[in-house]
Amino acid sequence: MSIITRKRSGKKQRAPLSQRTWSIGFLTLAVVIYIFYTYIVPHTPDGFQSQIQIWFPPSALNEALVWVIAALGLNIVVGYAGLLDLGFVAFWAIGGYTAGWFMSGFFNQWNIHFGSESAKVIPGIHLSFWLVLLIGALICAFFGILIGAPTLRLKSDYLAIVTLGFGEIIPQIFVNGENIHGFNLSNGTKGISPVDSIGLLGKRLGPFDLNYKYMIFVFMAALMVFISLRLRSGRLGRAWLAIREDELAASMMGVPLMKTKLAAYAVGAISGGLAGVAYATHVNGIFAERFQFSISIILLAMVVLGGMGNVWGVMVGALLIAWVNSTGLPALGDEINSTFNTNINFPSYTFLIFGALLILMMLFRREGILPESRLKLMLHESDADEGNETPHDQISEEGAM
Amino acid sequence: MAGVTYKTRQLRRRNIERVLATLAIAGASFWLLGNFIKSPTQFTEVTFTGLSNGILYALIALGYTLVYGIIELINFAHGDLFMLGGLFSAHFITLWFNQHHESGAGWGVLLLALISVMIFCAVINIAIERFAYRRLRRAPKLAPLITAVGMSFILQFVGLRWNGSGQKTWPSLLPSGNLVIFTVKLPYTTLISFAVTIPVLLALSYIVTKTKQGKAMRATAQDQDASRLMGINVNRTISFTFGLGGALAGAAGLLFEQTRGLTSYNLGFQLGLIAFTAAVMGGIGNLQGAVLGAVIIGLIQGWNDGLPIGLGQQWSNTVVFSILILLMVFKPTGLLGKPTTEKV
Repeated sequence: MSIITRKRSGKKQRAPLSQRTWSIGFLTLAVVIYIFYTYIVPHTPDGFQSQIQIWFPPSALNEALVWVIAALGLNIVVGYAGLLDLGFVAFWAIGGYTAGWFMSGFFNQWNIHFGSESAKVIPGIHLSFWLVLLIGALICAFFGILIGAPTLRLKSDYLAIVTLGFGEIIPQIFVNGENIHGFNLSNGTKGISPVDSIGLLGKRLGPFDLNYKYMIFVFMAALMVFISLRLRSGRLGRAWLAIREDELAASMMGVPLMKTKLAAYAVGAISGGLAGVAYATHVNGIFAERFQFSISIILLAMVVLGGMGNVWGVMVGALLIAWVNSTGLPALGDEINSTFNTNINFPSYTFLIFGALLILMMLFRREGILPESRLKLMLHESDADEGNETPHDQISEEGAM
Repeated sequence: MAGVTYKTRQLRRRNIERVLATLAIAGASFWLLGNFIKSPTQFTEVTFTGLSNGILYALIALGYTLVYGIIELINFAHGDLFMLGGLFSAHFITLWFNQHHESGAGWGVLLLALISVMIFCAVINIAIERFAYRRLRRAPKLAPLITAVGMSFILQFVGLRWNGSGQKTWPSLLPSGNLVIFTVKLPYTTLISFAVTIPVLLALSYIVTKTKQGKAMRATAQDQDASRLMGINVNRTISFTFGLGGALAGAAGLLFEQTRGLTSYNLGFQLGLIAFTAAVMGGIGNLQGAVLGAVIIGLIQGWNDGLPIGLGQQWSNTVVFSILILLMVFKPTGLLGKPTTEKV
């Protein structure tokens, strides 16, 4: 109904940007950044180099890519399938601990080495990074289905609460997991550290091989983008969108709700797991107390800000917020404090910034920076109906929901 | 044919659920009995503490359930409103009125603080509804929900600025010491929180069931359009509901601050989550359900944290949320909630 009114009111619909253009743009940008950091920055004057270190340090870039991977997963759950997940941090934690278990000397009662470039004498389970990615993805997919299964009978708000509950339970298990009937599952608050570095082509990456890590993380993000785009245009993706737009109608049209929703949870969880593994290698350890509710919210803010359902929008949102969080805000704060001789603790404003961001986006630009055209129409359906009524008539239409 | 299989499947499912529920209840009673035999005094004390926590949760849970009942929104900011209520009363009593001990004037200040904190939180809640949620009333459900999460962050920021990043302790005006019955020690603070909460709950029940405004609330919750046609000012009714919920959160904030003597900016999130769990447990939108759920959650938490045979405090949240998830799986409508069919 609203689509018709929209056309009649003469508003033009923006043509969707070609996915191919975007993909080429992404690849070009990734290569340019790589060349910039590897070949150009070392030859620039020191002043410029230190500015780069303050504003765009390569480690922050890598961390932002980890966020991108996780946000792309959340985008599948929230953006594609329309299932609000407030406990995404659980998958991040599980992925991280997978890396902690299989890529460190934590289980020193065993001595298993496979494909890892670490010395064979070190006790513990040391598997190849790539294998651990696979294991992490599988474990997370399992947990995704486990978490998804009880929520199938629930509608949106209840769903949010159950996922939130899982997001609280799983980190608490890791925090208290030091002694579960005498078995040390997670080393409690001390965490598992160090985690093996990534082995690549027979070489072990040291902590300063940020460029290689960058390449690997970009590859993982690209993989997630590829998966997201291919799935979206396929049968499963269309089923997700149908569920997002009207669950009842979708099920009437023969979309199997249970399978489709579980698939969304599983795929989302997989990317959460990949992000967790990547994050563990990025910070070289895994610490239970980092997995807080705020991570779930920051991921949600990334998806919402960038544009739910649009892979490129989510990527932009994730890069932007991750950068603001890790370097942008502290660096800007230092700059302002030294210029104006003030002493304001800028990072303490993150709560305000994220809160205001979420509210303002919802009030004024629900569809995000780079909106997905279908979702945009859906989110503004109520506004479109409003236009047809007399200005002071405030009767809400149930049908418009 | 298909109808028959559906029916049998439903029946089998119901039977399985019944058996599981019986088993769970039997296990729980066995556990409680074991604890009671092991240490009756401790059991009674812990039960009492759990009960008093439960009615505190009830005050918060009612705010969730009132708002959900009327506009079907999970007001994530509600827990943080409770936190701000606690902060406000701490500042009001200790810093502005400079009361540090139990005294005659102290009781007066306490009463004044209770009224002011209720008004304070009610005003904030009404303002939040006016400026954020009202504009999103007709938007898809995800939009107000995300807005509520954002609002919660903003309130936490206010708390962070006001309170600082750590936990702060405050003096209590309530009498310390215990009422001793046989060997069971019951702290006076617990008794006082009962004395405050129960009249507040009765007043709420009176407002909702007996007054004209309460009737308007119930009508609006049932059908907004129809109530508008009947001449009810829906916007004002919704504002009133938010105010009522806010006032309850304020009262809970004062009680928590006075009985525990501490404030912290992230307290609201934890307690809010538990209170929300309670509201869902009782059947969200149902006022008696919220109180029942809150008392049950308070008891479970108290038992788990304080009994000799229990998982201990570090597993508190895991226990509460596991119960929530199990309940959602087997009885999504909650204990007292009515099953709803989806409107098309």
